[in-house]
Amino acid sequence: MSLKKKISMTVNGNLVNAEVEPRRHLVDFLREDLHLKGPHLGCEQGACGACTVKVDGQIIRGCLYLAVQADGCVVETVEGLTKSGVLADLQESFMRHNAMQCGFCSSGMLLAAAELIEKQPKANREEVREWISGNYCRCTGYHSIVDAIVDVLDARAKGQKIKPVSAHA
Amino acid sequence: MKAAAFDYVKPKALSDALSLLKQGGDDARLIAGGQTLLATLNMRLSEPSVLIDITDVEELKGISVIGDQLRIGALVTHTEIEDSDLVAKHAPLLKAAAPHIAHRAIRNLGTWGGSLAYGDPAAEWPACSLALQATMVIHGPAGERKVSAKDFFIDLYTTALESDEILVATEIPLAPSNQVFYFHELARRHGDYAVAGLAAVAQKDGNILNNCAFTFFSVSSTPVMAIAAQDLINGKTLNSELIAKAVNAVRDEIDAIADITNSAEAKKHLIGVLLERGLRHLVA
Ligand SMILES: Cc1cc2nc3c(=O)[nH]c(=O)nc-3n(C[C@H](O)[C@H](O)[C@H](O)COP(=O)(O)OP(=O)(O)OC[C@H]3O[C@@H](n4cnc5c(N)ncnc54)[C@H](O)[C@@H]3O)c2cc1C
Ligand code: FES
Ligand code: FES
Repeated sequence: MSLKKKISMTVNGNLVNAEVEPRRHLVDFLREDLHLKGPHLGCEQGACGACTVKVDGQIIRGCLYLAVQADGCVVETVEGLTKSGVLADLQESFMRHNAMQCGFCSSGMLLAAAELIEKQPKANREEVREWISGNYCRCTGYHSIVDAIVDVLDARAKGQKIKPVSAHA
Repeated sequence: MKAAAFDYVKPKALSDALSLLKQGGDDARLIAGGQTLLATLNMRLSEPSVLIDITDVEELKGISVIGDQLRIGALVTHTEIEDSDLVAKHAPLLKAAAPHIAHRAIRNLGTWGGSLAYGDPAAEWPACSLALQATMVIHGPAGERKVSAKDFFIDLYTTALESDEILVATEIPLAPSNQVFYFHELARRHGDYAVAGLAAVAQKDGNILNNCAFTFFSVSSTPVMAIAAQDLINGKTLNSELIAKAVNAVRDEIDAIADITNSAEAKKHLIGVLLERGLRHLVA
């Protein structure tokens, strides 16, 4: 069966028209058809969070969402959100804390963390842990990741920005 | 893994969704949030030939108060319930339970109706709907019918829904002002399915609880009510002796079944632990 469907959506600010098989999930579409390699695939069953992307302003599992379902939607990946600067202080904080060892999980972690900061700006350490437990990192014990997110929450609460470290200032 | 090929349609009206479902028969599958369905398709545990995406159907959306009932549309997402002021006011048990369902990225898409229709005995919403005496509003070829939560969950992943029917909404009596509630689950990791969980509501008058509804999930093939324990507690002053009696009663009454990692005995033990904690919390 190759019943391709015509779809159009906005991806990182650009209008995209395409034809896809209904079974193609959103991350395969982004990676294979649009060559965006920011969203990763780990489990393809919703468990790991490496595929996290934003659709119409909220984070979703890109492996449990079909490209045809995104017809007419606004899709954002780590590439687009990096360019717009939305993730800048989180990215800086992740670097400072060495919170992205191999980096496979980092794009999903950053998107999940950004939604936490937006929805629960007063989250405590325990709540950060709970929230981020939906994203697997195979390298580490999450400590530095939680540290990095907590620092951004603290800085934002005080109205401050995480400043770049001197090594690449 | 990748899903096998299928066709995809997205009707706008409930009537169109119903006729597509009838027409498709066993080969058609409704998709709401897809947070259960797409995982099973990716694993090729299921190979339908057409998905009927119901997410454009307006009749299935929204949370509202109609008379003395809170109406939650089937397409309302777990996140919408988590963030809803109407739910917090009229069915606070649901607000307490929501953060325990998977993780935010999954809650953003997964739906109230999808969870109830799937009928997973480990899921939070079936147990909550039972405790809150919800009524399921179902549409099929013959029109509308209503089924109480008590009669809706029949067996493991089996509900009263026929294959040509769609769950449209659920009606929940508004919480009385003296309602107290308790939601707790014991899980290996936050967001994972519970090893055992309790969703409880009651009406509180000093140290006395009335109209108790204690439902346990993840311990049996459906969510289960602790009827003997409820009868023991209703209308009596709650003290340590009564709590101990209720804990024994619930362990006798509920026929726990083992899962891959936990024995029936362990679950029976945890049921009692949860009930004791819940009762102390409800009268605190
Ligand atoms: C990693 C992971 C962890 C999870 N953890 C939890 C958890 O802890 N607790 C929990 O409760 N759930 C959990 N879930 C499941 C999740 O909450 C699902 O969203 C939910 O159970 C199903 O809702 P859905 O809208 O996604 O349904 P879908 O996947 O779209 O559909 C599920 C089934 O219901 C049918 N269906 C859907 N809507 C209707 C309707 N209106 N009428 C009739 N039939 C319908 C579909 O045809 C399908 O058979 C988890 C999922 C994942 C991927
Ligand atoms: S690849 Fe989507 S959750 Fe793992
Ligand atoms: S940094 Fe390697 S998996 Fe997280």
